[in-house]
Amino acid sequence: MIEPGLYNYWIAMILMMTGFFVVISRGNLVKKIVGLNIFQTSVFILYISFSKVDGATAPILDDRFTSYGNPLPHVLILTAIVVGVATSALGLALVVRIREAYGTIEEDEILEQDSAS
Amino acid sequence: MAVAITIVRLHNLFAVVMLSGIYSLLSAGIFVELDAVDVAFTEASVGAGITTILMLGTLALTTDTERPAARPHWAALLVVVATGALLIYGSLDLPLLGDPNAPANLHVAPRYIQDSGREIGVPNIVTSVLASYRGYDTLGEVTVIFTAGIGVMALLGRSRRRKRKEDES
Amino acid sequence: MSHHLVLRVIAKMLIPPILLFALYVQFHGDFGPGGGFQAGVIFAAGFILYGLVFGLEKLKQVMPPIVVEILVAAGVLLYAAVGVAGMLLGGTFLDYGVLAHDPVHGQHLGILLIEFGVGTTVAAVMITIFYNYAGRGRLEDGEG
Repeated sequence: MIEPGLYNYWIAMILMMTGFFVVISRGNLVKKIVGLNIFQTSVFILYISFSKVDGATAPILDDRFTSYGNPLPHVLILTAIVVGVATSALGLALVVRIREAYGTIEEDEILEQDSAS
Repeated sequence: MAVAITIVRLHNLFAVVMLSGIYSLLSAGIFVELDAVDVAFTEASVGAGITTILMLGTLALTTDTERPAARPHWAALLVVVATGALLIYGSLDLPLLGDPNAPANLHVAPRYIQDSGREIGVPNIVTSVLASYRGYDTLGEVTVIFTAGIGVMALLGRSRRRKRKEDES
Repeated sequence: MSHHLVLRVIAKMLIPPILLFALYVQFHGDFGPGGGFQAGVIFAAGFILYGLVFGLEKLKQVMPPIVVEILVAAGVLLYAAVGVAGMLLGGTFLDYGVLAHDPVHGQHLGILLIEFGVGTTVAAVMITIFYNYAGRGRLEDGEG
């Protein structure tokens, strides 16, 4: 009943859920951003799994091969990786500023300071 | 996956950052196994390199341990398990790994593969799609990087030095 | 002090190959994996390594922040300029076919130029981010 061909997708989904769990359950801001990165990377693994074709090679034209993998998800994921690093950079810069403004990077302490003032 | 679970449980943030670098490197290996060499290259250099440096920089400017959680997070765990179960249920309809007749491989991709050699003459199909067939998207992507650079400059840039000058005068 | 010496020697040996590799990846993106983004990141990594081992001041002498900030914008400008040049020569925006005497060569030229623009912007942004992160002191020794 369990298809061996689906294992890749399941592993990617479990990784996704791990990243998701880190984002919503841990209060430390830097750890949240690490969790976001785990989530993003596992989504990439899922997409690239969609693009694999059995018996084909990397999509670079060469006279020795006739069948190539699907290049379209590669392009999308390339863009997504770069956008992901842009997001992480801005997020981490915000964390640094929050630390300077509030003195802490734990989420509940920040909320306390906001509701107290 | 062991790396991911260890990241969840560790409190020493320096170790967490190092492990996330290892995670990126391992996923780059997975990408190579899945025939995606361009993506593996980018993920290895960007994920294991730049992101790790950024996080280390952030840790140098903030603290480096996490305060342990006061109570277990059962609601979060429930949400995560429910979403995961839904995803796995959805995945039962997906085509098997490596199926050449999967819908993802059928519509535009064969046209790119067949015509890229003739129309553009560049062997690397990923580059030709990225730079020519989908060049407008790549322009948007460069703009995103540009905006991120400007954002970091605005957030972390000059204002601190100006504040110090105001305090002295 | 001695392990600092080992770091400096190894860094001096490694940085030129890193920069050379970045250029190789940039211009070889047509024939193998690579292209603008990877090359820009590797190029920036070479400079960041120099800054980490030899100090931020020396890095600022080699690559002044003003130059880097200009490069950030220049890459995007190059990309858009190639697109507009395509328009001025009679085609549509970002049509490379009209850039040279023959459509295939035009595509080659266009791809080369825009990948160079992409690589420049990515490298410059990474170095700028490093400057901004490294230029701030720790909270304890500044003001609060």
